Amino acid sequence: MSAPTPMSGQFARFAVSPARRRKDKLARAAITACTVIALIPLGLVVYYLLSKGLGSWSWSFLSTDPTGNTFFKASSIGGIKSAILGTVEIVALASAIAIPIGIGVAVWLVEYGRASGFAKVVRFFVDVLTGVPSIVFGLFIYIVLIVGTGSSYAGYKGSFALALLMLPVVIRSAEVILLLIPDALRESALALGAPRWRVIFSIVLPTALPGMVTGVLLAIARAAGETAPLLFTAAATDKTNLNLGQFMNSLPVQIYKDVTSPTTAVVNRAWGAALTLVAMILLLNLIARLISRRSRLA
Amino acid sequence: MTPDGTSPQVADMEPESRTGLGRERIAPQTGAPADAHPVAPADAAGTVETKQGLSVTLEQLKAFYGDAEQVKGIDLDFRANEVTAIIGPSGCGKSTMVRCINRMHEEIPGAHAEGRVLLDDADVYDPSVDVVAVRRAIGMVFQKPNPFPTMSVFDNVAAGLRLGSGGRGGRGKADLHAKVEGALRAAGLWDEMSDRLSEPGAGLSGGQQQRLCIARSLAVEPEVILMDEPCSALDPIATLKIEELIDELKKRVTIVIVTHNMQQAARVADRTAFMLSGELVEVGPTQEIFTKPNDSRTEEYVTGKFG
Repeated sequence: MSAPTPMSGQFARFAVSPARRRKDKLARAAITACTVIALIPLGLVVYYLLSKGLGSWSWSFLSTDPTGNTFFKASSIGGIKSAILGTVEIVALASAIAIPIGIGVAVWLVEYGRASGFAKVVRFFVDVLTGVPSIVFGLFIYIVLIVGTGSSYAGYKGSFALALLMLPVVIRSAEVILLLIPDALRESALALGAPRWRVIFSIVLPTALPGMVTGVLLAIARAAGETAPLLFTAAATDKTNLNLGQFMNSLPVQIYKDVTSPTTAVVNRAWGAALTLVAMILLLNLIARLISRRSRLA
Repeated sequence: MTPDGTSPQVADMEPESRTGLGRERIAPQTGAPADAHPVAPADAAGTVETKQGLSVTLEQLKAFYGDAEQVKGIDLDFRANEVTAIIGPSGCGKSTMVRCINRMHEEIPGAHAEGRVLLDDADVYDPSVDVVAVRRAIGMVFQKPNPFPTMSVFDNVAAGLRLGSGGRGGRGKADLHAKVEGALRAAGLWDEMSDRLSEPGAGLSGGQQQRLCIARSLAVEPEVILMDEPCSALDPIATLKIEELIDELKKRVTIVIVTHNMQQAARVADRTAFMLSGELVEVGPTQEIFTKPNDSRTEEYVTGKFG
């Protein structure tokens, strides 16, 4: 009590003690260090992607198929056209399956199921599904749709595996956003004499749209980068194939194959493909954000 | 139901002479509701209104959250085209009771209501009644102004018309515009808003937002409007505007207003009901409740001894 403080007079009682000052500095330093540490790998990933991938980018890289002729001449290995188109198609079909179903489940959970027993069971299984390794989804589709039916690999089977992977992500993120929509909004619409389904379609979903876009993009990005579920469902092929009923190439699988190659040019193609994948997801992100922002103002 | 040709003064109407009006309003699959409304008599001020309110009668109304009884058997009569204020301390069940009238109470998980709520002479809790129709006949304005955030001023007002189950059939654009304008005029917003109709509703001031919400509920042409502390989030000037509006609106609708503000009840209400712990203590002309109440608890409350 009698220890002298650096300040005197009427302000003495407002002075910050040296011990507290030290603690504050320490805590600030600690959280700043955490942020920097987390940023290092992030920065390095972007740096390596750009430095190694940009070199292989060219028009012919994007517009020709891989040739499979990888041992002799570096110039003859071809590009990644089939992988780009395959990824676009497989992920588009997976999204078309997972997004409507996922949002539907989230709407049911929030607007109808609420705290009912069945809703709890659904939430539990969605959580379990979120934690399932992606290769298990691939295996499941492989067992059911390839071994089970005695048929061959096909692009749409890859889409099914990716859709299973996306589903829990879409459900959980959409549910969180729907829970954020204030009940007052639903009530005022109900009090206008709107049936519940109209309240959901005309008030709740449009209000939730910008938030749901984020979750959906996260799911798409995750699916687009998955190799394991595609390896033994869509398999791989060199030539461009737009038919989802046949073998289909994809960027992750292309990267997986190329990166283990002894030929430097082929490894570089893997880097180029990785950069392409990241760029595609970034582009999708930007477009979706633009659209959702515009629809909010309308 | 043919329009009531005798058209006596609203307050003196015998129940028999209006029989069927409420029933017709809320029964499922009625025809065009507009045709069902009788032409209202000239009111006291001499202006002819195209609509009039309906009376609401509570008979042994009880409301529960799970097993907890929040409203404990209330009998209360809200007269047509009058403003009835509900006062009482926080948690006494005012809001719950009012939310039972348009069946919003049951939207809360685990909540239910018992007893009867008669709109004119039709029980809104009758199993054959369509809850959507009840809510179109009994509008509601909430505590916090809550315009739909994705919608413009115009769309907010039109929302009730568009969201209604039969809202699409045969309603022209011009008709919609006329109804929106009428509702905005009735809510005293038209002069401020006529050239701002395409702006987002959420961008208005708090008082304007609340009047927008009133316009929104008026657009579906209800006979009764429930107001759950409509001014508690507003400043005194915005509050004054809403109160003036209430005075205007009672010519065409019956108004039930829950308020924490006793001065407000004294200013706007024809009759005032005092509630305590889920029970109705007393109801009477506002003047009487505030000057010579029958019950000592009412007197203590209105003179500020508790609550």
